[in-house]
Amino acid sequence: MNSQLLSLAIWVPILGAVPVFLLGSERRCLVRWLALAVAVAGFLVTLPLYTGFDVQQGGMQFIEQLPWIPRFNIQYLLGVDGISMPLILLNSFITILVVLAGWEVIEKKQAQYLGAFLVMSGLMNGIFSALDGILFYVFFEASLIPMYIIIGVWGGPNRVYAAFKFFLYTLLGSLLMLVALIWLFLQSGGSFNILDWHELPIGMAPQILIFIAFLMSFAVKVPMWPVHTWLPDAHVEAPTGGSVILAAIALKLGAYGFLRFSLPIVPDASHYLAPMMITLSLIAVIYIGFVALVQTDMKKLVAYSSISHMGFVTLGFFIFNQIGIEGALVQMISHGFVSGAMFLCIGVMYDRMHSREIADYGGVANRMPKFAAFFLLFAMANSGLPATSGFVGEFMVILGAIKFNFWVGFAAATTLIVGAAYTLWMYKRVVFGDVANHHVAELTDINGRETLILTLLAACVLAMGLYPFPFTEVMHASVDNLLKHVAVSKL
Amino acid sequence: MLNNFVMPDLYPAAPEIFLLCMSFLVLFVDLIFGATHRGLAALLTVVTLLGCAAITIVTADGHTALTFSNMFVDDLLADFLKLVTYLAVIVVLVYSRQYLADRGLDRGEFYLLVLYATLGMMVMISAANFVTIYLGLELLSLSLYALVAIDRNASRATEAAMKYFVLGAMASGLLLYGMSMIYGATGSLEIGGVAQAMHHGQSDKTILVFGLVFLVAGVAFKLGLVPFHMWIPDVYHGAPTAVTLLIGSAPKLAAFAMTLRLLVYGLFGLADDWQKMLLLMAVLSIGLGNLAAIAQTNIKRMLAYSTISHMGFMILGLMSGVVGGVVDPFTAVNAYSSALYYTVAYVLMSLGAFGMVLLLSRAGYEAENLDDFRGLNQRSPWFAAVMLVIMFSMAGIPFFVGFFAKFAVLLAAIKAGYTVVAVVAVMFSLVGAFYYLRVVKLMYFDAPVDSAPITAPMDMRILLSINGVAVAAFGLFPDALMSLCTTTLLRSL
Repeated sequence: MNSQLLSLAIWVPILGAVPVFLLGSERRCLVRWLALAVAVAGFLVTLPLYTGFDVQQGGMQFIEQLPWIPRFNIQYLLGVDGISMPLILLNSFITILVVLAGWEVIEKKQAQYLGAFLVMSGLMNGIFSALDGILFYVFFEASLIPMYIIIGVWGGPNRVYAAFKFFLYTLLGSLLMLVALIWLFLQSGGSFNILDWHELPIGMAPQILIFIAFLMSFAVKVPMWPVHTWLPDAHVEAPTGGSVILAAIALKLGAYGFLRFSLPIVPDASHYLAPMMITLSLIAVIYIGFVALVQTDMKKLVAYSSISHMGFVTLGFFIFNQIGIEGALVQMISHGFVSGAMFLCIGVMYDRMHSREIADYGGVANRMPKFAAFFLLFAMANSGLPATSGFVGEFMVILGAIKFNFWVGFAAATTLIVGAAYTLWMYKRVVFGDVANHHVAELTDINGRETLILTLLAACVLAMGLYPFPFTEVMHASVDNLLKHVAVSKL
Repeated sequence: MLNNFVMPDLYPAAPEIFLLCMSFLVLFVDLIFGATHRGLAALLTVVTLLGCAAITIVTADGHTALTFSNMFVDDLLADFLKLVTYLAVIVVLVYSRQYLADRGLDRGEFYLLVLYATLGMMVMISAANFVTIYLGLELLSLSLYALVAIDRNASRATEAAMKYFVLGAMASGLLLYGMSMIYGATGSLEIGGVAQAMHHGQSDKTILVFGLVFLVAGVAFKLGLVPFHMWIPDVYHGAPTAVTLLIGSAPKLAAFAMTLRLLVYGLFGLADDWQKMLLLMAVLSIGLGNLAAIAQTNIKRMLAYSTISHMGFMILGLMSGVVGGVVDPFTAVNAYSSALYYTVAYVLMSLGAFGMVLLLSRAGYEAENLDDFRGLNQRSPWFAAVMLVIMFSMAGIPFFVGFFAKFAVLLAAIKAGYTVVAVVAVMFSLVGAFYYLRVVKLMYFDAPVDSAPITAPMDMRILLSINGVAVAAFGLFPDALMSLCTTTLLRSL
């Protein structure tokens, strides 16, 4: 079946951004509603991907195939499986929230702000659905441009440094990936089709080199320790919407890349280097968890907690069992909701107080009781409380890790303590206690728009925590397929 | 003597002859109406170029025709390159009209010199003989020396012209010396004859390689490859921006043609030797060009260093055609077409970038410092977006044409086994991304220091917008231009 759903998911937001740009920032009201309409339309066109998805099938679905650059056999080849489909939905959903979150707060060049997020959303759907190496790369790189602009124009005081660091760090990795992609093209006798590469036999030495090239690219995106340092800077300086998209979606690109490229294309190198990957993941989980503990800036704290949570994702991938990988995928989706919600909560406070320092707050619950309730739910989800989405993924990964090796699982499980410590300690200092100063005393509770955003996220977090089956159901066959593939040596 | 004279077939050279005749017309028109109707010479120049384009299209039959006793060749490659050259020169004229008028430089000489420079490029593109190459090159260079100094009151321009002339003359000397060596070894000045003599292996390799070194040095000077790049920043910086725009665009096509005809058509037998020299120069150019560009505060100088690195990339593609002395037609066409594609893409981007500098300049003010781009997004969101597209394209970020140009070159290089070189090249383009990003940063992140409205005429605005859109469109749909380059080369080799 040749459907156009994926093309719609990519191009509706991108083309919808054009009138948003053209309207300019003078007609603020119209621009906002138009951007919201585009974002909602962008989400609605992705819904049939879920309803029409065949859960029994592990291969690619909704395939679209057109020649793009016949000169090098590059195709406009799109398709999704159970791994990428949920990410597309997540991305389109979060985009609506980001548009809502920028409703009143952004005063400078609002049309460009909203337009940039719409373009970004389309490009990321492109990344998740591209099955051609160059098409993937093109979307992957192009998504840097709107993010660079978003951080640099609407970010905090140190935004220029953060924007450059973000761009150059990410570019470093992806350029090496480009060389690897071209090498694979030549090796496979002239194909950029990722699925062809999955079948391509490759010797051990080139496998390791390709793995490293991909690692450079994806590890920076995830980000894994020790190439994570761009993330706290970018998060702290980015506007709320930028932080949400970065944490909820952009970090998933790297993790997704491991599943789509590294594991199936170079399985032997993946197995061979798995101990290194597991070690790096555990360092991220434990060490970065402790780093988060000492942060005084709320956004930085959540940024480090993101790195720590993403460490769980990469850990889940490289223990090579079903429950580990599925847990990692659930963790990816859950982290999308939870980290997005955490940044939005901080955004809510920042919009009122213009400070992210924990020390400037205290007793927020007295002035903003509704907000405090939402914030508590998300803080609990962030620390992995059962019945929230945060628990499901972490629990599954820990189970998988214990199956793999008891001590790896044990080390990973410490995060349940550290994660709870840094999140709840921050929550306690910010929300509980007496009203700390007159700024806090003047706070007003969340308005209808903010309530709507947080309610939507809270519903997702709870739904996923209480009944994760609809999420795991779609992944099952694809993960099965992937694991079978990874188990076969290519040597 | 007269009985032996055979009238050469003028048909293949029709565009050149037309241009030459028209240049006399421009000269006369300027003499008579120059004082009263200032725009007439410019208009006539554009008409001339459009006429050349029409003649080139009509006479293009896809066959290779040699004329003037095998000194002049008209093949598909020549037609293609000439068409792009006319287009580039027309764009140059439109972009620079207001700039020249503001500075009182829009005299007949300017247009005449531009026409002769174009003629020089056309002759270089169609050259089938060492002498023809040299003739075309000198015609181009002498016109450019004069153009650089056309604002005779500007001491910086005069200095640049002097430097350009002295170094250029030396490079021409090197080229000529190399040609004479090769003539000595092969007994032929014809490119085809040289190739044949070498193929039969009756020529002395030592003398050939000796000549080749000088030849490559001359070519590298014209392309601006490290270590023969010294003139580029000074000339780009010193020349009036309108002239910089010309030097930075169309002549690259002619230089590409010269390189291809000399090294690939003529001295293919020495491919192993020139490959090594080009490889070294390519890597040095990519490295030094990108590193030095970071330190610049003047955008013309910055773009000059970026030119050096772009030409390095182009040469990287060109030299990947031969693998270990073995010729595989697929690899060869791939490599040459990637270089051709890169050159065309570069000309397109370079026109846009210098066009932006001209756009921001106005009477009595040269917007040539990076700071002049500050806050452009607030002054004109549209042209900020155009510059953003061009900068990201030059940095090699998709979806823009610059990415696919780099991609094609990298593919050719990796195919030829230069994977390590490719990795080095991409690492330097990471360095390069920094200074392109800085321009975007100035335009978008910073507040404007100069809030004067942009006063460029409408024709320039429209053309510059088309230029920016083309950079994006050729990136979204890169196949047409890529295939065109490949087909052209396939049918001209």
